[in-house]
Amino acid sequence: MSEDTDAALVDRAAAGEREAFAALVERHYGLIYRVAVRVLGDDEAAADLAQDVCVGLAARLPSWRGESRFSTWLYRVVVNAARDRLRREGAQRRNEAAFAEVDAMTRAGAAALDAEALWMRQVLGALDEDLRTTVVLVLQEGLRHAEAAEVLGVAESTVSWRMHQVRRRLRALAAEDDVA
Amino acid sequence: MSDDLERLQAALRADTPHPPADGQARAKAAALAAFDRRRQGKRERQRQTGRVAHGATSWLRSFAMSFSRPYPALAGVAVLLLVGGVTYQMLPTPEPDDPGRWAASAPADDAVAPVPKDGRAVEPPAAQAPPQEASDEAVAQVAEVAGQRPESYFDVSELVPLTAEVAVDPAVAARTRAVEVAEGYGMRRMPVSAAAEAPSPGYRDQGRDRFEAFDPNPVKVSAEEPVSTFSVDVDTASYAFMRASLNRGVLPQPDAVRVEELINYFPYDYAPPESRARPFAAHVSLMPTPWNTATRLLHIGIKGYALAPDDRPPANLVFLVDTSGSMDSPEKLPLLVNALRMLLETLAPEDRVAIVAYAGAAGTVLEPTPVAERGRIAAALESLGAGGATAGAEGIRQAYLLAERAFVKDGINRVILATDGDFNVGITDPDALEGYIARKRESGVFLSVLGFGMGNYNDALMQRLAQSGNGNAAYIDTLSEARKVLVEEATSTLFPIASDVKIQVEFNPALVSEYRLIGYETRMLAREDFRNDKVDAGEIGAGHSVTALYEIALAGSGAERIAPLRYGVEEAAPGADHEGEFATVAIRYKLPGAGTGTEIARHVAAGNAVESVADAPADVRFAVAVAAFGQLLRGGRYTGDYGYDDVIAAATAARGADPFGYRTEFVSLVRLAKTAAAMEPLRQ
Repeated sequence: MSEDTDAALVDRAAAGEREAFAALVERHYGLIYRVAVRVLGDDEAAADLAQDVCVGLAARLPSWRGESRFSTWLYRVVVNAARDRLRREGAQRRNEAAFAEVDAMTRAGAAALDAEALWMRQVLGALDEDLRTTVVLVLQEGLRHAEAAEVLGVAESTVSWRMHQVRRRLRALAAEDDVA
Repeated sequence: MSDDLERLQAALRADTPHPPADGQARAKAAALAAFDRRRQGKRERQRQTGRVAHGATSWLRSFAMSFSRPYPALAGVAVLLLVGGVTYQMLPTPEPDDPGRWAASAPADDAVAPVPKDGRAVEPPAAQAPPQEASDEAVAQVAEVAGQRPESYFDVSELVPLTAEVAVDPAVAARTRAVEVAEGYGMRRMPVSAAAEAPSPGYRDQGRDRFEAFDPNPVKVSAEEPVSTFSVDVDTASYAFMRASLNRGVLPQPDAVRVEELINYFPYDYAPPESRARPFAAHVSLMPTPWNTATRLLHIGIKGYALAPDDRPPANLVFLVDTSGSMDSPEKLPLLVNALRMLLETLAPEDRVAIVAYAGAAGTVLEPTPVAERGRIAAALESLGAGGATAGAEGIRQAYLLAERAFVKDGINRVILATDGDFNVGITDPDALEGYIARKRESGVFLSVLGFGMGNYNDALMQRLAQSGNGNAAYIDTLSEARKVLVEEATSTLFPIASDVKIQVEFNPALVSEYRLIGYETRMLAREDFRNDKVDAGEIGAGHSVTALYEIALAGSGAERIAPLRYGVEEAAPGADHEGEFATVAIRYKLPGAGTGTEIARHVAAGNAVESVADAPADVRFAVAVAAFGQLLRGGRYTGDYGYDDVIAAATAARGADPFGYRTEFVSLVRLAKTAAAMEPLRQ
C-alpha cells in the first residue's frame, strides 16, 4: 500500500475502504503533528490537535477536490485548525510570550537542547502567528512561496513579504543579542 | 543576510518534533472510529430519510465535480454510475430483483466497497437498499442509488469551507472525545501512581487540569483611574491545588495560582465586629513593602462575626457526589466519603442531609434525612461506588429538586457538589449550567463546590459554578484539608453572614500616584457595579476573614513604574481638600436575604501607617508573605529580588500561635517550591 498515491488512497477511503483511510492517517500523522507543534508551541496541545485533525479527516476528505496536492490541502487543514485553537483559547498573546519558555521547559531536558534549538524556539516565540506559520511552512516543510501562499490563502507576494519580515526580525534579534 | 534564514531552517530541521509515542496510534484509532461511525451513520440516515429530493441533484453535482478531479479512475466511476442511474431512471417500474440475490450481494457492514470495473458494478451499492424499496418510484430509486454512491463521500453538501471546524459531525467528534477522555487520557495521565515514578518522556503533569488564564492586575495611575473595585473571594481551591502540586515536586502552572485565594486560605485574627448590627469589621493599614523599599502596602482586612453553635440556622444540605469512573482513585471518592462523614460531626441532629450520586445516570441515594439518623446516612455514603461517565448537569438538577423539596425557610439550603469537575455528559455548556445555578440562587438554594483529584481537574468551571451559586469552591487534596473546610471552618463554609460583598477603594492622587491590586484578577468589577445590587459578588461566611493588599507608590516617592506624561496637563492635586488621606476603602454588602446593600467606609490616613515591616501585626506580615509567594509562583513580575528564602524568613517570623499548623505547612511548601523551581529546567 505504501506506493499508493495520496489521491488513490483518498479515493479508496472515500469509497469506504477502511485500510486506505488508515494508511492515509498513518502516512500523514507526522506532518500534522510537526506543523501543529511548531504553530502551537506545545507538544501536548499539538498531540491533541493532531488527533482532532485525524478524526476530522473522516468527514473532511470530500472537501479535497484534487485541485491541489493532498499535502497542500492537509497543511491548510492543520494550519486552520491550529489557528482556531489559538483563538478559541484566547491565549494567543500569552502563548506567544510564553512560547519560548514553555516549549523549552517542556521539551528540554537540559542536556538535549542545544543552543541552536533554543534559539530557534525563541525566534518562533517572538514571531506572531502569521509569520510563525509561514516560517514553519517555508523553512521547515520546504514549501515554495507559491505553495505556502496556497496553504495560507494569501497571495504569493504576501508570503515573500512575510519572509522578508522574518529576516528583518532575525536581524533585529541578533542586534539585541549583541547589545545584551 | 539570508544566513539568518538558513540558520533558522537548519535549526528547525535539526530539531524534528517527535510526537508522543502512542500519539499516532491513538489518533489513528480515534480517526478510524469516526470513519466507521460516519459510514454507518450515513447509511442509516439515508435509509431513514431517503433524501429523495435532493439526492438526485447532489448526485448529479457530485458527478460533475468528479470530472473536475484530475483522476481518471474516479471519473470512470462517475460515468459508470451515471449509466447505471440513467438505466434505472428509464425503467418505469424497476423489477425488484430476487430478494435472495439482494441479500447475498449486500455486503453486511462491509468494510470494502468494490471498485466498479464495468457497468454491472453499479449494482452493489444499490444492493444495500432494502428490496421493497425497489417498487418505489423510479426517481426515488435513482436518488437512492445516487445517495448510496461511494458512501456519497463526494456529496456536494459536504463541501464545508476549509476554515470551518475540523470535526464536521459534532456528535461524532464529541462522542469520540468523551470516550478518549474516559478511556485513554484519563488513565494515562492520572498522576496517582505516576507521582511515585520518574516521569515518562513527554509526560506533562499539567496535562488536563484546566484553569482560567489571567494576567496579574497591572499598575494603575491614580490620577487617571482613582477607583478600584472588586468582589471578595473566600475560595481556597487555589491554595490546596498548589499544595498538591508542590507535594509532587512540581511548580503549579501560573494560572492555577490565585494570589488572593492563597492569602485567604489562612484564618487571620483580625478583631471581630463589636456588635451583631454589622456582620463584619473592616481594618485598614499601611506598611512598607518587603519586596520594594520604595513602595507601601495597603492592607485591608475584613473579619466576619462568628456564630455560636446555638445561633446557627437549621441546615438543609444536598450532597451531589460525582461517582464517575474518573473519581475511582484513592484521593477522590474515598477521600470525599470521609470528608462528608466528617461534616456530619459538625451538623446539628435536626439538620437534614440528602445524597445524589451522578455518573452515567444521576440517582438519589438518600432522601433528605435528619442528621440524627447517622447510621442511614453513613450507610448511604458507604454505598457510593465509582463507574461511568459524568452526567453532572442532570445530577445538579436532581440535587436542586431535593433541596427545594426539603427547603428550610430562614435556614441554610445548599447543594454541595463534590467532583473532579469533568462534566462530559449532558449539558456541558458552562454558560447554560451557570445560568441554571444562578437562577436557583434566586430561589434561595446556594451551591458550594468541593474539588477533588488532579490530572483532570476543571478549576475554571468549578470556580464559575460556585460563584454563580453564591458558594465557595474548595479543593480537597488531603483528609486534613477536608477537616479544615468541613469541620473547623464548617460554619464559614456553610453559613453566610453577608452576601455580594464588594470592595471599592478610591485613592487620593495627591498622595498616591500609583497602585496595584495584588490578586483578585478574576474578581474585578466595573466601577459602576459597586452600587448596583443586581451585580453578584462574593459571600462572607460566619467567622471568615478576607484580606486584600494593594501595592502603592506614594506621590513624590520616585517609586512610580509609569513615566509621567510629557504633555500631561498639570492640575491642582484634586485630593488636596482631604489632606492626609491616602485612600478611602468602601465595603458594600447585603445581609442574607436582603435586597439592597449597606455600605461602610474606612479612611486610610497617616495614623494607619506603620514605619517598618516589623511593626506590622504578625497576621498582616504573614498575609504579605503569602502574597509575595503567590506572586513569585506567578512569575514575580513586581517582586524584584525578593525570593523564596525571603518568604520563608518572613513567614516563619510571622507564624504566631498557628493552632492548626497551617502556617507551618506553608513554610514547608515554600521550601518545596524553591526546590521545584530549581528542578524546573531539568524537567521533561
